[in-house]
Amino acid sequence: MNRVEEAANNNDQLFIPYIVAGDPTIEVTIDLARVLEESGAHILELGVPYSDPLADGPVIQAAANRSLQEGTSLQTVIDTVRQIREAGIKIPIVLFCYVNPILKYGLHDAVKAASEAGVDGWLVPDLPYEENDEMKKTCNEYGNVLISLVAPTSNERVKRIATEAQGFLYCVSSLGVTGVREEFDARLDTFITAANESSNVPLAVGFGVSKREHVARLHKQGYGAVVGSRIVKEIEKHETMLRDPHQRSKALLQIKTFVQSLVSS
Amino acid sequence: MQQSYPDHKGRYGPFGGKYVPETVMAALEELEAGLKEALVDEAFLAEYEEVLREYAGRETPLTYAKRLSEIVGGAKIYLKREDLLHTGAHKINNAIGQALLAKRMGKTKIVAETGAGQHGVATATVAAKYGLECKIFMGEKDMERQKLNVFRMELLGAEVVPATSGSKTLKDATNEAIRYWVSHVDDTMYLIGSVVGPHPYPYMVREFQRVIGDEAKRQMEQLPDAVIACVGGGSNAIGMFTSFLNEPTVQLFGAEAGGKGIETPEHAATLTKGDRGVIHGSLTYLIQDEHGQIIEPYSISAGLDYPGIGPEHAYLKDEERVHYEAITDAEAIEALVKLTQTEGILPAIESAHAVALALKKARTMTSDQSILICLSGRGDKDVDTIRNVLSETKGESHDEPS
Ligand SMILES: Cc1ncc(COP(=O)(O)O)c(C=O)c1O
Repeated sequence: MNRVEEAANNNDQLFIPYIVAGDPTIEVTIDLARVLEESGAHILELGVPYSDPLADGPVIQAAANRSLQEGTSLQTVIDTVRQIREAGIKIPIVLFCYVNPILKYGLHDAVKAASEAGVDGWLVPDLPYEENDEMKKTCNEYGNVLISLVAPTSNERVKRIATEAQGFLYCVSSLGVTGVREEFDARLDTFITAANESSNVPLAVGFGVSKREHVARLHKQGYGAVVGSRIVKEIEKHETMLRDPHQRSKALLQIKTFVQSLVSS
Repeated sequence: MQQSYPDHKGRYGPFGGKYVPETVMAALEELEAGLKEALVDEAFLAEYEEVLREYAGRETPLTYAKRLSEIVGGAKIYLKREDLLHTGAHKINNAIGQALLAKRMGKTKIVAETGAGQHGVATATVAAKYGLECKIFMGEKDMERQKLNVFRMELLGAEVVPATSGSKTLKDATNEAIRYWVSHVDDTMYLIGSVVGPHPYPYMVREFQRVIGDEAKRQMEQLPDAVIACVGGGSNAIGMFTSFLNEPTVQLFGAEAGGKGIETPEHAATLTKGDRGVIHGSLTYLIQDEHGQIIEPYSISAGLDYPGIGPEHAYLKDEERVHYEAITDAEAIEALVKLTQTEGILPAIESAHAVALALKKARTMTSDQSILICLSGRGDKDVDTIRNVLSETKGESHDEPS
């Protein structure tokens, strides 16, 4: 069984943090992967920075810019995953990558190289159901899963998408882009219930999940939680310390404490 | 051939499609359904035509550029005068169409992106006319470069929102407009300014711009030998070409922004120098680096300064039905001065790219042949830029006769 599927099926309080690879440096990303694994994350969503991230809000855009300044590319991220694996970190990794860098690399080559480096799945936010045939086939050829998203506005699309979902079904909690939110969209419960009815895989909810109460609420309902912007923001706050070899471990510890506080209910 | 495109997935050959986040898909499906209804609704089409006629100033004249043709020597040059439209460019055709559609679909707010401000001004104009709340996203850098158009939009009652992400120009304004739209789809329609974006946008904008070529074809006594338009995103070009695609004797040419030269990194020659990829929801040609990051293009003309191109153009290039050539800043300015001084018509710098390409082609043709140019806009908005460029070149060569 694929590692993402295994993690999604064996944990009923699924916790999936998201970070941008190369924010603020590749070295730190490797440390963060370890920290997140130790904090109880079940799957790591690793963002590949992109110049035009349509689905992302300001926090993740800023992180992507920091990473691009460091020269991070899809190739760098694939190499980073290899280093993460060499360091003995076993957490399943899903690459969150916009479609253009994948096409430029060559779709088949990218999936193959990533899989050989130790990637377990892909999430391509601008590749909706109608356009994802080739990506899905290629992922599956290399033992990877392609994660699908559904949104509160997906309506009759939910069923089609959910029945074919692999690994876990990513439910976008609210309209708009990634970011820290106080409240969830009012349509959330009805739409998640509908998604759950058609889905053969566990659900994880993301976009705006930013507080311990959000995570606890989702876990109580039996859904996984994806936390992105809130953790990325914490990394941003510690940027200077993370770049400083003398202060890095202190910063990592503070981030770890923060992440643990999100999941300890 | 164009009648069969796009297919049901919004494809022009391999190009086009809908490469957008799932959160946008429902809105696109709603738009597709609304558009399909509207385009067969006699009342809707009649209103669109009436507004074009009584408000925007259609039909626009076809002008034979007699002195210019004689001076160049070669083919007869005809100008389709989109510069005479209300707000000064072809952009208004599309803004009217989409605003009427927004109204028909019950949307009370509109959002748009703009680069130079021409589409922004056209959008703010129709918003004022129909009492729609209007937000225009504009790159922070472009707002600085185009202060007058910012004021114009505000005067029209629109809110101009600075796009501060990425390179702070048109591509980022487009990202921001899409992001905003996604969070407000219930009451908001996104009015895109060219034949770009996810399906059905390239198709819809073509349908609202094809009036240019339909009219010109009627106005020409016989079919032209060549039709030439400038291409930024490609809306005035598609608007002009569509009627002629099925005429095998008519050669079609698109003039791209060659900036400081396509051998330099400073250009916006997407079809000449770009390669395949996805931008703003569409598979097309674009200017990107070796890692698939989108590169900020350059052109003296803000309206051509876009790293992508409409997917139908990508298809027409690969099919070799349309030939795309790059025109440099200098060539465009030279053509602009020539047209202004021989015909008393000051074109937009965008349109001057088409004029420059036409001058090159005309010289190689005979006087019984003809060239039709889409003069997409007027140059009033560009007077400052032109003055700066001309005073710079004068300053450099002192012995030039004045
Ligand atoms: C006068 C004029 N022509 C051409 C363009 C380029 O757009 P398109 O290629 O969509 O016609 C613009 C864009 O602002 C414009 O203002």
